[in-house]
Amino acid sequence: MTSPGLRRKHRQDALRTVAFLSPWLIGVSVFFLYPLISTVYFSFMRYDGFTPPVWTGLKNWSYVFSDYPFFWPALRNTLWLVIVMVSLRVVFGLGIGMLITKVKTGAGFFRTAFYLPYLAPPVAATMSFVFLLNPGTGPANNILGAIGLPQPGWFNDPAWSKPALTLLALWGIGDLMVIFMASLLDVPLEQYEAASLDGAGAWQRFWFVTLPNISPIVLFAVVTGVIATMQYYTQPLVAGKVASGVIGGSGQQFEPGYPEKSTLTLPQLVYNLGFQRFDTGGASVVALVLFALAMLFTAILMRRRSGFLGND
Amino acid sequence: MQRLSLAAIGTAAVALLATACTGSSPAPQANDDATKPVTITFWHGWSAPSEAAAIDANVKAFEAKHPNIKVKVVGNINDDKIKQALRAGGPNSPDVVSSFTTDNVGSFCTSNVFADLKPFLDKSGIDVDKTFPKALQDYTQYEGKRCALPLLNDAYGLYYNKDAFKAAGITAPPKTLSEFDKIAKQLTKEKGDTYSQLGFMPNFHGYESTTGHFAAMWNPTYLTPEGKSNLAGDPAFANMLKWQKNLVESLGGYAKLEKYRNTFGDEWGAKNPFHTGQTVMSIDGEWRLGMAKDAGVKFDIGVAPFPVPDDQADSYGKGYLAGTIIGIATPSTKQNAAWELVKYMTTDTEAVVNFSNGIRNIPSTLEALKSPNLKVDENFKVFLDIAQHPKSNTTPASPNGGAYQLTFQGFAYQHEAGKVPDLAAGLKKTDEQIDKDLAQSR
Repeated sequence: MTSPGLRRKHRQDALRTVAFLSPWLIGVSVFFLYPLISTVYFSFMRYDGFTPPVWTGLKNWSYVFSDYPFFWPALRNTLWLVIVMVSLRVVFGLGIGMLITKVKTGAGFFRTAFYLPYLAPPVAATMSFVFLLNPGTGPANNILGAIGLPQPGWFNDPAWSKPALTLLALWGIGDLMVIFMASLLDVPLEQYEAASLDGAGAWQRFWFVTLPNISPIVLFAVVTGVIATMQYYTQPLVAGKVASGVIGGSGQQFEPGYPEKSTLTLPQLVYNLGFQRFDTGGASVVALVLFALAMLFTAILMRRRSGFLGND
Repeated sequence: MQRLSLAAIGTAAVALLATACTGSSPAPQANDDATKPVTITFWHGWSAPSEAAAIDANVKAFEAKHPNIKVKVVGNINDDKIKQALRAGGPNSPDVVSSFTTDNVGSFCTSNVFADLKPFLDKSGIDVDKTFPKALQDYTQYEGKRCALPLLNDAYGLYYNKDAFKAAGITAPPKTLSEFDKIAKQLTKEKGDTYSQLGFMPNFHGYESTTGHFAAMWNPTYLTPEGKSNLAGDPAFANMLKWQKNLVESLGGYAKLEKYRNTFGDEWGAKNPFHTGQTVMSIDGEWRLGMAKDAGVKFDIGVAPFPVPDDQADSYGKGYLAGTIIGIATPSTKQNAAWELVKYMTTDTEAVVNFSNGIRNIPSTLEALKSPNLKVDENFKVFLDIAQHPKSNTTPASPNGGAYQLTFQGFAYQHEAGKVPDLAAGLKKTDEQIDKDLAQSR
């Protein structure tokens, strides 16, 4: 049916397509597929990074799920942070964004004031929070005590360490505030006018006008927030180390998740197993669990939705 | 057929990719000529200006003796960086590596990160037994494989505020734990729900008040000859935990002490609670002498061996030992030249003494300990004696580094907080956890 010339043209078209796609194909292969395949491969191996890998079947999986004492606490903490911290960040970011878009004077100042903390280096910001919330000498508890309120142990109390991390995350809300402000300013004003003429109150205007218009941005904030929280590493690690008092000891393995494993997150386990215990196999298992969870959360959040594009 | 070919090519590519960076290349042989001009790279963890100056002086002295070997020095390195760099290999990875902790010697030896030093020692005619104290020999080898050598030594003892002792009418440091507990209580001044002065901070988060440092006073056996955890098997651990918990209770209880601990400044800074007078006594290493001096401490500092259990009074003078270790990176292609530096820094008496004088650590060779050139004052001599005490001991190397110590310490945190109803059962369960971790690492 097809002439040799047509076949050649098809082949040339296919080659051209592959050539145009090649930067993406190379990127995905090198930075996604290869690490993913390697991680699956190493999860079935005993491998210390120096001697050749040895097949151990499901031993690493069994160890991580049954015998590694940090896995389940880290998973519980990660899920707590995903549910509580991400939700609060989205609500707080949206709230601040709405307030600042409504401010008539000094909007620039407030925008800068709320955005600046986001630019603080995570280690410095976390250390500052640990000192501010120090139960013995921190100003936060001094103020709470002066007005007769209870003084929590914050980063030194397993019941308060995650709320303290959440406070830190809310303080650095600048990233979400900016994207919410951009989306709020994009909502057509005539829709608000029409709703007002129909007698809609502030809450109804928010629920029936604002929210539907910015829902793709809310979804974006939730999905990226979940993925970022799955990778939450620096802040809990620094907070735990500084609050425990053990910040020296170069090279020594340190108590994970002080206090009482309450600040442990899954990425810390990947580091602990892979880079401190030479257990690449166990670290690969935890990494795959993280990958599966991130995919699962994303799939749940995006199911039966038109994704980040909205409904129009 | 075309699909089959594609599948075959794909499978081969995946297999190739998956095995591409498994680091399974054989270790280089030590066949370089150490008499030819060469540059080697030396990684260490010292970062303070005085320490960096001391190590630079040490290296310069080496280069003067070995003009053909140039040493590129890289400071402020920790074990995590070492592991990553040696895994990656390449021309920029180090030839000689030192680490501040003895915890990882087991993993360094079993994973061949550090080269076996026995052929080098034999070649140079160095008898390890005649060169290094026994405890230092122990913490630089694992299961008979010597992959590291000691580079100076740390000894732990009791620091006390002589002025506070004098004010309380105490004339001598305690020698047994019952004397120590009594003095700690006597020196503690409560002020509402906190303290104006604490005799001693026994809580395990109280900086150097760790399980390992305390347990050393009972000469514990952490691992059985079969390599199994021995916490429940050796009464030393239960006795140590009981003593510590009793002291916690007698000084006001865990919660009150923790609250007070949260007012402490940085352990390594001028606001260390011993410097500020918040605690009258502390357990610490010999480096505290220099740090206290740098911090401008006003009171007179006294130093003594840490007290021993009452039933072991004859072993007074011992203490926990640890130190910096040094080895040759297995991927190095300049191992003979690297050995010259390691040999010089660890066995040359003049080099060891000068380095000890420079950074105020304990010398790590028997000859250097006796050297007349060693700068010794009354307090430093206490640590020299602890380092040479036959009952001084250390924590053993294990294939997963210090993981077993962390697991034990985690249990100890629970115990001091009163969350362990049955100590014997708790220790047995901790043994089981440590054994599982060890099995995973083998």
